[in-house]
Parts: sequence; C-alpha cells; structure tokens
Amino acid sequence: MSIQEFLIPLLAASVIAGTPILYAALGELITERAGIINLGVEGIMLVGAVSGFMMAVTSGNPWYGLLASMLAGGALALIHAFLTITLRANQVVSGLALTIFGTGLSGYLGKEYIGIPVPKPFEVIPLGPLGDIPFIGPILFQHDALVYISYILVVAIWYFMFHTRPGLNLRALGENPAAMDALGLNVFYLRYIYVVVGGALGGIGGAYLSLAYAPSWLENMTAGRGWIAVALVIFALWNPWRALMGAYLFGGIDALGFRLQVLGIQMSPFFLKMLPYLFTVLILVFVVARQKGRLTAPGALGLSYDREER
Amino acid sequence: MNRLTFKLEKRLTPSPVMVFIIPLISVLLALLLGGIFLVLTGENPLDVYSLMFVDSLGSKYGLTETMVKAIPLMLTSLGVSLAFKMKLWNIGAEGQLYMGAMAASWLPLTMPSLPAYIMLPGMLILGMIAGGLWALLTAIPRAIWKVNEIITTLMLNYVAILWVDYLVYGPWKDPNGSNFPISASFSEAARLPGLGDSRIHAGLFFALGLAVLLAVVFKYSRWGYSINVIGSSERAARYAGMNIKRNILLVMFLSGAISGMAGMAEVSGIIGKLQHGISPGYGYTAIIVAWLSKLNPVAILIVSVLFGALQVGGYAVQVEGIPAAVATMLQGAILFFVLGGEIFTNYRLKLIRQKGEELSK
Repeated sequence: MSIQEFLIPLLAASVIAGTPILYAALGELITERAGIINLGVEGIMLVGAVSGFMMAVTSGNPWYGLLASMLAGGALALIHAFLTITLRANQVVSGLALTIFGTGLSGYLGKEYIGIPVPKPFEVIPLGPLGDIPFIGPILFQHDALVYISYILVVAIWYFMFHTRPGLNLRALGENPAAMDALGLNVFYLRYIYVVVGGALGGIGGAYLSLAYAPSWLENMTAGRGWIAVALVIFALWNPWRALMGAYLFGGIDALGFRLQVLGIQMSPFFLKMLPYLFTVLILVFVVARQKGRLTAPGALGLSYDREER
Repeated sequence: MNRLTFKLEKRLTPSPVMVFIIPLISVLLALLLGGIFLVLTGENPLDVYSLMFVDSLGSKYGLTETMVKAIPLMLTSLGVSLAFKMKLWNIGAEGQLYMGAMAASWLPLTMPSLPAYIMLPGMLILGMIAGGLWALLTAIPRAIWKVNEIITTLMLNYVAILWVDYLVYGPWKDPNGSNFPISASFSEAARLPGLGDSRIHAGLFFALGLAVLLAVVFKYSRWGYSINVIGSSERAARYAGMNIKRNILLVMFLSGAISGMAGMAEVSGIIGKLQHGISPGYGYTAIIVAWLSKLNPVAILIVSVLFGALQVGGYAVQVEGIPAAVATMLQGAILFFVLGGEIFTNYRLKLIRQKGEELSK
C-alpha cells in the first residue's frame, strides 16, 4: 500500500470525524467570546443529535432535522443564558446541570429511535472540479453539504469577529462588559444572542453525528465530544482558524484508531478508544503550559455582569 | 404616572430561610416540569411518580435499595464537595470511583486467601490511593500551570472506565465464567459485612464517619479554615501566606481518595467482583448532591438518600417501558431550579414605585 493510499483516506476521515467537534467548538467559541462559559455542550449536542434524528426520520428530510437540532440546541442554551445572565447563577454549575439534563432528555426522547435507519442521511456531494484536484480534492471536497457549510462558517465567523463592528463588540463583550454598557450597548441582550447562537451550533454538531457521521441514534453517542469541543476552544486560543485545525487534529486521532490495524499495529480496542481523551488532556496541558499561565482568555469569561457592581 | 418595578438588592449575608426553602421548592418545581413533560409524551405523571415513590421508599426492599444507591452517592458527594470548597471543579468522581474499585479488586484477585483483617483494610487503602492518584494527575497541571481541571478530570473518567473495561474483558476476565465481562468472584474475606442480612453494607459507616470528620475539620480546624479562605479568595489566601499549590494537590488527592473509597465499597460491599459498568453515574449525580447540600457534609447524607431514591425510582419505571433516563432528566432539572433560586438567597427582591418624572430621565 502506498503512502497516498493510506494518507488520503485518513485525512479525509479526519475532516469528517472533526466536523461535529468543529461545529460545537465554534459555538462554544462565540459563547465564550461573549464572556459566558457553557459547559453544557455535551448535553446540547446529545439533544441536537436526537431531535435532528427524530425530525429527519419523521419528515424524511435531513434539512428539517438540521433545523430541529438548531432549535433544540438554542433552546437548551437559552436556559443557560437565563440562569447565568439574568439570574447570575454560577456558570460552571449551570453548564454541568445542562449536560446532565441534556443526557437524560436525549435518552428519554430517543428510546424509540435506537436502531432505526435515517431514510435520507446527508450524502456525499463531490464539489465538481474542486473535488478532482489531486490530493486536496478527495480530502477536502468530497464530503457532504454540512462539511462545506462548516468551511464557510469558519471564514464567516473569523471575518465577523475580526473585521466588523459587531464582531469587535462581541470580543469586547467578553473582555470588558462594563465598558460596552457605558457605550450604550445592551450587554444582557447581546450575551443572550451569542449564547443561543452558540447552542444552535452545538445542536448542529450533534445532528452531524446522527445524520451524517453514524448515521443513526445511540444513547450517549457523543461520547465526550462536547467536552473535547470545550477543550478545543482553549487549544484554539479563541480563534476560529485554530479551532478548525484542532478539530481535524482530534478527528485524525479518532480516525487513526481504526486504521492502525491496517498498518499491522496490534492494540486493544479499549486503548484505541482512550486515545482522543488522553490526547485532549495532553494537548491541553501542553498548550496551557506553553502560554505560561498568561492564557489569552476573554478577560471577563465566567463572571456574571451586575450593573451595580461595575 | 407611577410604575411598579422590581429591583434586586444584594443581601449582605445569604438568607438562612431561603437556604432551606429553595432546594425544597426546586425539587417540587422539577417534578412539576417533569410532569408536564411526561404528559406531553403521553404518560400519566401521577402514575409514574407514584410508581417511583412506592418502589423506592414504600417498602422494606425499596428502602434497602435506596440506601444501597445512597452509599456511593454519599461518598462521592463528600469527595467532590471537598474539592468544590476550594473552587476546584473535580468532576472526575466517576473515574476516581472506577480506579478505586479497580485497585481494590486487585488484592482479592491476586491474593484470594488473605484473611479479612488484612484483606479489607488493604482493599480500602489501595482503593483510596488509586482514586487519589487519579485525581492527582489533574491536580499537578492545575497547580503548576492552571490547566482547567474541569476538562482534565472529565476526560480521565472516560479513560478510567475504558481501563476497567479492558481488564474485565481481557486479563482479569473470570476464566471459569461464561463470556461475560466480569472478574472472578472475591473470597468471603474480601466482602464488607452487611447490616443484618440486608444488602446495606458497612460502607454506610465510612460515609457517616467521613461526614462527621469533614464537618469537624471544616468547623474547628485551622486547615479546614484555610481551605475555605482559598475557596473564597485566592488572593487573600496568598497574602495570608497560605500555600495554595500544596493545598490544590492535597485537596484533589483527598477528594479522589474518597471517591476511590466509594469504588472499593461498591465492589466489596455490593458486587463481590469487578465488572463492566459498576456505576450508573454516581460521580456525576454527586455534583448535584454536593451543590444542593451547599457542600454541607451532614446535608449531603440526607440529600444522597433522596437521590438514591430517585435512582431506584428510575429503574422502577423502566419496567413500565418508560426510560430510566427520566431520573437523570429530573436530576438536571432540580439543579436548574436550585441555581435559579439562589438569586433569592443572595439577593432581596424589592418592589419600587417609580414616579413618572424619574422614568423620563
């Protein structure tokens, strides 16, 4: 087997395995840039996965499923927004509650849907001439529509954040909400928007698993990907391009597991399954240690904003 | 023209009345929300709840099972609450429990003929050390570089569960057993004695003793006080000359060791062997129990029984075809309401009358 025969499918699989994490990480990135930590990503992804799946099975159209997953993810994030922004609850605990709630809710809703196939999952659409480019084509441009949308999304979020006025405001919202308030911007309202948008993206991440990656529904099918997405945002230093790189790196670790045996490397499947989690811990320690504690996290991240305390 | 508006006024000290009332109302509201949800999905909530209640608290058998589930909840909740006091978000109790169970199982599986007076303390010590070390793995990068312990502790849960799976599907699988992922059964000397002939085991006394110990340490000891100070203001603690790094390592180790103890108590007191899926998520429920109890060790004992009942009730409704996940959902909902309600503990809601002219300013 030539190196190309091994490498191209591996890299293409990394993109696919990385896409659900990418969506969730982009959502969390926006949320955290607005100053709110949402540790409920895992729960949001699960509910997104199950609601997208249910809608796709009932309607026969994966795009309706996608819409349902966004609404469900946004709705769960709205609970987090209400608790942490309006009621100033502890963001860490509220996020954990959201994950536990989402795990239970998705398990409850999805009971009848285990083992059912999706009538029409998201299918591979080669992107014409782009898909024919040697090497790059099969890796990047022979996937389903959601992968292409994620490329556009990364560019759009990057452009929005660093080249537009509202994007500047978003970054300031997480750095210094009091200054934004003084400028006459509605901190509470804006934070609500970004938390809900972040949740909707997390919902898509889940739907990608149940409607394109698997495509089926299994209880707890996210298997920690929501948490990996949270770690990825730190790895990405809150930058969408680095989030893209990181997501494919994690996707690669995920995809490598299956392929090690092809190379003749014998390893217990349990150890292979451990790899993404161990890798997350190691890379997090490495990145944070290299920043020597001066992590460029948004300054007001995790703090609730109280007008009277500014 | 007058208008009534609400204003939130910060209380100087948390309202003592609210501290008690909020969790109670929260549980009721969560049940109400769950009820609405059950109606929407075509179930009769009264039937479901009464089944959950009767099966968990309405019979001797149910009460026993509730206590059996409450013991690991008590221990893991005490474990995480210790870390939470210092604002160390150890959400790795699940993994620490698995590692504790694994290490405790090693002794009876390799030296089955040890007498009980060596076996049981040995298992307890091994379980605690393993749970503690597993937590310490995340405490070291947290202490040195401030690496987010939420993510690292959580990731290691998956690793620990997979590690135990590897053992019981592979090297530790009972050679004389069928093809199930279970180890050989422990000898009688490796089993914690039960209360009478019930399934409630001596692990209950670990939890009771530990709760009293922690309550005393936090109320009267200098160390307990410094943990509280570090938790409420790291800067104040540093100025007071407290060694924060050392305490991060120590508290995480102890927190993990207590969850490791829970793992030992499960394999020794209940299961009698190591197997796949020894915990249905006690380590995660522990987070809710600890928060609901305001990290108070004695309150943790009581709340654990309530959540043990919820767990048993969840299994009970499964027989009727309702997913046990309903219990997990209720747990999350209870925590939502408790969190939302805390604003009434920390703030006073004030009704103010604003005059028209003030409004137009």
